[in-house]
Amino acid sequence: MAEITAATMVRAWQRRLILILLLAPALLWLFALIVLPHVQLALLSLRERVAPHVYKPSLAQFHTFIAEPLYWQVFVRTAALSVVATALTLLVAFPIAWVITKVARGRASALLFVVSLIPFWVSETVRALGWLILLRESGVLPALLVQIGLTAVPIELLYHDATILTGLVYTSLLFMVVPLVSSLESLDNSLIEAAYDLGASGFATLRNIVIPHAAPGITAGCIVVFMLTLGNYLTPNLLGGKNSQWFTELIYTQFIVRFNWEQGAAFGFLLLGLSTAIVALGLRLSGQRFVDVMRRS
Amino acid sequence: MSAAPSADTPDLSVAALRKDFAGHLAVDNLSFAVQRGSFFSILGPSGCGKTTLLRMIAGFIEPDSGDILIGGRSMRAIAPNRRPVNMVFQQLALFPMMSVGENVAFGLARRGVGKAERTRRADAMLERVGLAGAGAKRVDQLSGGQRQRVAIARSLVLEPTLLLLDEPLGALDLKLREHMKIELKQLQASFGTTFVYITHDQSEALVLSDHVAVMNHGRFEQLGTPQQLYYEPATAFVAGFVGANNRIFGQLKGSDGDIAEIETSDGWSVRARKSGQIAAGNHVEAFVRPEAAILERDASLLPQNQTHYVGSVQSLLFDGANSAVLLHEELTRFEFRVALPQTGRFADLKVGERIYFSFDPNRAVCFSSHGGPHG
Repeated sequence: MAEITAATMVRAWQRRLILILLLAPALLWLFALIVLPHVQLALLSLRERVAPHVYKPSLAQFHTFIAEPLYWQVFVRTAALSVVATALTLLVAFPIAWVITKVARGRASALLFVVSLIPFWVSETVRALGWLILLRESGVLPALLVQIGLTAVPIELLYHDATILTGLVYTSLLFMVVPLVSSLESLDNSLIEAAYDLGASGFATLRNIVIPHAAPGITAGCIVVFMLTLGNYLTPNLLGGKNSQWFTELIYTQFIVRFNWEQGAAFGFLLLGLSTAIVALGLRLSGQRFVDVMRRS
Repeated sequence: MSAAPSADTPDLSVAALRKDFAGHLAVDNLSFAVQRGSFFSILGPSGCGKTTLLRMIAGFIEPDSGDILIGGRSMRAIAPNRRPVNMVFQQLALFPMMSVGENVAFGLARRGVGKAERTRRADAMLERVGLAGAGAKRVDQLSGGQRQRVAIARSLVLEPTLLLLDEPLGALDLKLREHMKIELKQLQASFGTTFVYITHDQSEALVLSDHVAVMNHGRFEQLGTPQQLYYEPATAFVAGFVGANNRIFGQLKGSDGDIAEIETSDGWSVRARKSGQIAAGNHVEAFVRPEAAILERDASLLPQNQTHYVGSVQSLLFDGANSAVLLHEELTRFEFRVALPQTGRFADLKVGERIYFSFDPNRAVCFSSHGGPHG
């Protein structure tokens, strides 16, 4: 009896050891690259330089953020545009995911999925530069507009909010399509037919059957896209130029241009707080639980 | 609803319906009518076109030509959500994101029935199918049989002219299936709604239906009452598909009025009633039901006007009231199935035992197997 218990305990220990060993790289990575820097940044953000190499704890960095209108206006603008970009991405991605899962069959469906993946084989920089070639004043699209007589002279299509949004939607599309495809794939076609058979219109079916079923996928896609967009630096910077006013640019400026690490760290934490708050709000509004969303998508 | 159709208008009338899937003729120029309030089954093997036919009636598939009239009204260019038809799906397709009550009230909500009224009607419908008070439950809290009833309630609450059922018992285990067969028949009788039921299970079709159409290769081989299909099969396919049958291939040697003399390639002679014109020398297929044959240990007890055969017991197939014995005819080793009398008279039969058997040629039937519907 005692031997059996001992053997069972050894086996339980072995299993726990294997689990710890398997998780070790991930835990190390989390600790070294996420937790440590954030502790350091938190400490940085909560101090103020009073003389060379003399610092004292203070909330001055956060005070500057509130006192300087440019900072919090860019902050709000970044949040608002990110929400809009997320919504637009959902609107564009949903029909794509629908066609891939419910309209196209077999090879055509796989092909469409690959087609939406292909742009992501090149780097984001190259993709953004592609937009520059298309949209700049001497680029392809303005020339085309002149040729078909819509505009008299080539117009500058870069450096508008719409341009930034277009670039952000394009960049984020795949991250919305993938969770949507997986959640729509699990939707039994006979449910759609049954709704239709019971007298539902296309819209009623979408609202009552398809969206409730796909809700975890929609939420997961929105969370990922929103976080990517909010933290994006390259696309707003390249497509929006000086007008982009993206919050990540302010962080970059503080760290790299002005060597004001304390201010940059405070901005970083504000951005983290913002994304957490908006994701929490989104989950609350859609009635989803974070754990469920991450598990089911 | 359109102008009230008169009482003798069939609830479903199909005229010259045809559907071709890239060279595969799924439904071939089909015409039939289903009377009001009847239980109509379409029975056929998988791939015979019955699902295509049902989905055309529901409106999910557009026919190539022909017309479907429901309650006397043409359904051409009418979308599924506008047809007075509801369907019980093979996998039931209950909405998992809704409660049982919401499932039943779904169709009413789409018609704009107010919330209080549709809850009342959904509850009343659940009560009629024996699920009173189940409205607040989740779908996954119900048993298989209860889900079945919810699926039917969800359709019947809309008072359709026609209820289509796509092999709804296929997913259930045997015991529940037997039970649900009876329930379905009782539900249909109590609601009086016309049911159109498709299945590949001949027992379901026979037990449930007022009329059964046996379908094969996109056509109806025969349309009739279950008794007609069983006792007077019109084609060799029906004889082989409906109920158990001994199938004997042979050549027509001669005729005695209605009765054909058939000889198998092994030289076994049997007699069977001819169905249709068969010329001497033609190849034929004869069918003898296991219960049409009589067993005796003493040949003199068999009817004297029937041909007597000797068989050795190959195996005993005990299945309660459906028990049978597989015999090998002594001269040709032809395998022949005979039902055991329900009196238990031959319960002591042993494998290897020799026994006499015979059958009434009028209860056997034969078809020409050349130039017939199956070539």
